[in-house]
Amino acid sequence: MMLIDLDALAARVPDGALVAIPPDNSLTPAALARALVRRGVQGLRLVGVPIGGYAMDLLIGAGCVAEVETSAVTLGEHGFAPCFTRAVKQGAIRVHDATCPAIQTRLQAAEKGVPFLPLRGLLGSDILAHRPDWRVIDNPFADGSDPIVLLPALVPDVAIVHAALADAAGNLWVGRRRELATMAHAARITLATVEEVVPGNLLEDERMAAGVIGAAYVTAIARAERGAWPLAVLDRYGVDEPHLADYAKLARTPEGFLAYLDRFVRAAPARAAE
Amino acid sequence: MIEEILIAAIARLIADPSAPPVRHVAVGAASAIPAAACWLNVLQGADMRLSLLHRRTGNPFSEGSRELFDLAGQGRIDLFFLGGGQIDGEANLNLIGTGDWPGTEVRFPGSFGSAFMYMACPRTILFREEHSPRVLVPRVAHVSAPGVSPPGIWRRGHAQALVTGKCVFRFDPLRARFTLASVHPGESVDSIRAATGFAFDVPGEVPETAPPTGAERALLRGAVADRMLETYPEFCARVFGRRMETAA
Repeated sequence: MMLIDLDALAARVPDGALVAIPPDNSLTPAALARALVRRGVQGLRLVGVPIGGYAMDLLIGAGCVAEVETSAVTLGEHGFAPCFTRAVKQGAIRVHDATCPAIQTRLQAAEKGVPFLPLRGLLGSDILAHRPDWRVIDNPFADGSDPIVLLPALVPDVAIVHAALADAAGNLWVGRRRELATMAHAARITLATVEEVVPGNLLEDERMAAGVIGAAYVTAIARAERGAWPLAVLDRYGVDEPHLADYAKLARTPEGFLAYLDRFVRAAPARAAE
Repeated sequence: MIEEILIAAIARLIADPSAPPVRHVAVGAASAIPAAACWLNVLQGADMRLSLLHRRTGNPFSEGSRELFDLAGQGRIDLFFLGGGQIDGEANLNLIGTGDWPGTEVRFPGSFGSAFMYMACPRTILFREEHSPRVLVPRVAHVSAPGVSPPGIWRRGHAQALVTGKCVFRFDPLRARFTLASVHPGESVDSIRAATGFAFDVPGEVPETAPPTGAERALLRGAVADRMLETYPEFCARVFGRRMETAA
């Protein structure tokens, strides 16, 4: 297993990479997102699987992002994602709007190594009208006419995830958050932060094995205790709601967002905590 | 409390015997009122599986976030709730924004699963508390999910109704048109007309939306609140007067 430090992990995300990132409720690699901001990564093309939140908004606000494909970007109860909203209005990023199962289906096609998969729905939605890369065909197995959408496989350059555990064999444990496994299976490389590194091999524990992402998919791991903060990790810790509320408030203006970066992303204490 | 009236209105729509049966309902994030309506029916004996997607622990699914959509694709989710930044008179939903694509004037968060779920589920209840001409528009700026589809397009169902902070509209997919079903206390046909940007039908008699019965109200403040305290603490304190410390 390759265990490196957080900044070394961030250095492995190339400028311009197509990067898949989990939503705010699913083991978000928030500490890694902050490390990417510190590293000054440029031109990322982010894929929200299937939506984005705090981490995506932070990367957009810090000028690290050229494009996003996502089904939404939101801070949930704390309202619209301010940097995303501002960037769309200013035309600072390109947005490829999708719908949740379309992103999952595109990753599943990549998982299987097939060029496309079909998905129901979408016909009559302007999402489809704005996706020249998606196709409509007539279901070849139907008796009559039955139009259906084909979605091309989506192979991210990098999947970034946070996991509760890594083991000595380099396996990750994400519990029931299997969308992280789909991301890792589909992507060329997977970079992970973890709460804790445990001895042994989790695949040899029948009670844990179903929640594992196998080491074959995992390129490098960095330890980041509370690495999803201010977001949650399974039953280990909850969302820091007051912090997210502060973020939502500060990020409403460019000046406020810079103050947030200074205080929580670039400042030495925050870095030491990570 | 207006919230308790909305909960009662949604609970009655769910239980409506003339609509397709609900064996399994899924409720998404930030949906305290729909979730409470589902719990009210379950606790009154409705034989209905309730999958609450926003639970951090004890989430109903074990295959990741795609499982909801896989279930819906198979026809195993009978009812879902959707809203919209804009909703029009043909029940089209806009969760993209206004101005040029992709929302250069006002950008909403995005379409989530709406472009799939609206067509895969036999029933959708639309819920949007803000009832104003800027939300209920003659024609949405962009269509995240269409209210109706032409013949030959795969689709299991449509909006059953639209519940707002002022009234309940029923939706007829054959005519692609809403009918005013009831107005909440303090509202009238005229006040609804003034607050609604789209045209709709009005029957001769428009009843007032029925509030919860005494027994329903007791259930909401007791057993329903017990089940919602962890996920919606602020909502339970404000609407049911319940706080975490007093939970059994």
